[in-house]
Amino acid sequence: MRETKYWTWFMAAGLLILALLGLHMVVMHLGSLTHLFAAHPDQPSVAQANSQARDASLFFTLSYVVLLGAGLFHGLYGLRVVVFELSLKPAAEKALSALLLVVGLGLFGLGTYAAFAAHGRAAGASPAVASVAGASLAGRS
Amino acid sequence: MPELKRHDNRLGIWGWLGGGRWGMERYAYILHRVTGLGILAYFLMHICVTSLRAWGIYLWTGEGAFLDAPVFKVGEFLVFSAFAFHAFNGVRLILVELGFAVGKPIEPVYPYKSSLHVQRPLFLAMMVLAAVFFAAGSYEFWHGLAR
Ligand code: HEM
Repeated sequence: MRETKYWTWFMAAGLLILALLGLHMVVMHLGSLTHLFAAHPDQPSVAQANSQARDASLFFTLSYVVLLGAGLFHGLYGLRVVVFELSLKPAAEKALSALLLVVGLGLFGLGTYAAFAAHGRAAGASPAVASVAGASLAGRS
Repeated sequence: MPELKRHDNRLGIWGWLGGGRWGMERYAYILHRVTGLGILAYFLMHICVTSLRAWGIYLWTGEGAFLDAPVFKVGEFLVFSAFAFHAFNGVRLILVELGFAVGKPIEPVYPYKSSLHVQRPLFLAMMVLAAVFFAAGSYEFWHGLAR
């Protein structure tokens, strides 16, 4: 029963990732086609100025954290499913689950800290960056 | 000693790559697994690299951006392509898993109608969408290399 619940969450996470990672890919990897959320359209979408402008917006900061959590859960649970197909001994299964949990929580902590720290740096250090970001989010990009 | 009975290995090297008579979905399954694990490997590194921006370190852009090298650009393009496939095939799997795209329960008599009229068209539609995404990514990739 518990595994069924995890599997359902795993698929739900897949749909959430589809939306957020889809946006991420369109912004980052189709940037020269879309120029979406690029506060400085003359620069590449991954340029530091554009990156900081996105960090300054609370929407991007929060969406990064949600994507981070959903991606880690979906990816690491997926890896667990694949490895469990090898019919491991129960002790090995437990050890693997614990290891993946530690890795997942650790990276989630790191990424969440980084998202908020970068938000603080970008929004606090340069109000100009924040206002450009706000304007671009409001559709002026 | 009795003669060893030999079987004709009809599939030859092709047999290493596939089952010969496997359906398309079986190949999609392998690719889904490979792309899922590939994206995961990238994602774990990506979290570490991008988290450095909290300390003002941008390894992918500006001065000292070694992740800007063409080899990493090719890697990113592979991740993008893997995403295009995994995402759309994943939607197909979720629709099938939840029972939306399995067709009516009928006797499995050849030619298998629900497979042919429901599942196969869904698979093809998803692959077309993945191909559109892939084409846009390829355009951006070549555009970026040419710059
Ligand atoms: C874009 C949105 C995504 C969707 C819709 C999606 C959907 C799915 C689905 C439905 C499965 C289960 C396949 C099965 O039935 O066995 C799956 C497996 C998997 N996914 Fe995703 N996924 C997405 C993104 C990702 C990402 C970003 C990662 C990496 C962090 C990832 C890693 C995996 C792994 C490792 C598996 C296990 C492969 C297997 O069981 O063969 N997926 N995905």
